[in-house]
Amino acid sequence: MDKKDYKNVFVFAEQREGVIQPVAFELLGKARDLADALGEKVVAMLLGCGIKDQAQALIEQGADEVIVADAPELKDFLSEQYSQAVGQIITERKPSIVLYGATTIGRDLAPRIASRLKTGLTADCTKLEIEPDKDGEPEFRMTRPAFGGNLMATIICPNTRPQMSTVRPGVMQKMQRQQGRQGVVTEFTPQFDASKFKVKLVKTIKADKQVADISEAKILVSGGRGVHDKEGFDKLQALADVLGGQVASSRAMVDNGVMPHEVQVGQTGKTVRPGLYMACGISGAIQHLAGMEESDYIIAINKDKFAPIFSVADLGIVGDLHKIVPMLTERIKRELEK
Amino acid sequence: MNIIVCVKQVPDTTVVKIDPVKGTLIREGVPSIMNPDDKGGLELALRLKDQFGANVTVISMGPPQADVMLREALAMGADRAILLSDRKFAGADTLATSYALSGLCRVLDYDLIIAGRQAIDGDTAQVGPELAEHLGLPQITYVADAKLLENGNLQVDKENEDGIQVLEVEGKCLLTVLASAFEPRYMSVSGIMEAYDKEVEVWSADKIDVEEGKLGLAGSPTKVFKSFPKAMKAPGEVHEVTPEEAVELIVNQLKVKHII
Repeated sequence: MDKKDYKNVFVFAEQREGVIQPVAFELLGKARDLADALGEKVVAMLLGCGIKDQAQALIEQGADEVIVADAPELKDFLSEQYSQAVGQIITERKPSIVLYGATTIGRDLAPRIASRLKTGLTADCTKLEIEPDKDGEPEFRMTRPAFGGNLMATIICPNTRPQMSTVRPGVMQKMQRQQGRQGVVTEFTPQFDASKFKVKLVKTIKADKQVADISEAKILVSGGRGVHDKEGFDKLQALADVLGGQVASSRAMVDNGVMPHEVQVGQTGKTVRPGLYMACGISGAIQHLAGMEESDYIIAINKDKFAPIFSVADLGIVGDLHKIVPMLTERIKRELEK
Repeated sequence: MNIIVCVKQVPDTTVVKIDPVKGTLIREGVPSIMNPDDKGGLELALRLKDQFGANVTVISMGPPQADVMLREALAMGADRAILLSDRKFAGADTLATSYALSGLCRVLDYDLIIAGRQAIDGDTAQVGPELAEHLGLPQITYVADAKLLENGNLQVDKENEDGIQVLEVEGKCLLTVLASAFEPRYMSVSGIMEAYDKEVEVWSADKIDVEEGKLGLAGSPTKVFKSFPKAMKAPGEVHEVTPEEAVELIVNQLKVKHII
């Protein structure tokens, strides 16, 4: 394998039910930085059924080219169908870098591709950069949390191509949409081997209540063990309502069944970076901090002045959230009425 | 039915502490446990065994100390335990690890392979799918339920961000399992007694179907360039005040930040 044959930064543009997911645009934003540093192009891979007309949206958010594989086999995500298509695109087009969202789709597909192409994959990267190696050649460096977020590790993939990473939703920033930005749309027809399609989709059961995605929220009021129960979370919800935000939760309150998994922040939940993160009654286990410390402004309310959450908070209040939160809600209501 | 369950011994990362002065990981006193998602996978295998009868083999790759974890698996009800332990496996990334495990699976009889979704020390979720690909098996990840149908196929619930996909798979396959869906059973007293009479088989690289150059560090496409403690941002102000003062402080800051 000659590394010089491999060029351009590819992004797997994940769609669900024909809707391109926000993580795809975030990855394009990062891919743009990387491609500019390398003097290469950004190429999005868009797989699905009846999705070709959405390619322009990817171009306006940073792609120079969109490879569209439009086939009935690709309507819903299934590992083998998608692995065959993405594997064939990569084999034919030889990218230097491929980025995937660290979602239940990306984390299913990317390792399958890595194993098929015998190349390296780094999961849940929080930082991706191009730096000169010891010979002055550009080197792709992927940084990720390890040991449950206790350590950071920077990983390289020196000898095989493509170099591949997954990135969680909410970690990278999308670029400003440029209306009318020009790019190329290329159609790709996968050669499917249907004899390998052993998994059938019987049906899809949507989660009963559509909880708004907390990784998209600008303001989060988040609660931990100190909130105690559902009634405690009602107080947080009232505050979130006056602020126009959403309620999130630490792992403890998901594990004990008070809050649904969809609103869990942290290593085993979601990564969030809202403008305001209010941590109420959250002690701040390292796994929780890993999911929220990139928030622009963090306010923590906790009874324990030694709680680790205060080490990442911009404003820390030692006190009882059950008193402070309702008073704060009333006060903000009055402020907004002025 | 022959089921292989892949398990990993991991440090309990929820109790790992950072040395506040040196900023390094304190490993002493951190217990080693069976990775929670893998334990969920073992529980699924044992439930299938209870319902339909099965031979459950637990496999692991790691140092000799992993013996303890494999005995726990035997005490829970597994029938056989094999530990891949050899210096040739050292320094393996997920691709080299999954390759070594595939070499072991190839010399065993199996109808179903179960792995945990991800391990709490690495959180990559890669070894399962990479192993499935090495063996040419279909995979289903994020498994929250699995049952055997009358036609011999498995019906599996895959948990996604936005709901559940119900999937049916024909023939051999690999599942990666969520701990939250399979509350593991306790070891039974008789199981514990038996576990210490049973043998944990320790296998070296020459007993499995692999090319040596693809093992360990040499077979790993990714390398650790550096590792470092996470840089903590400078903490802000912490105030011990009355609720009234707290509300003032917060409202003032929200105004400064133009949030209200």
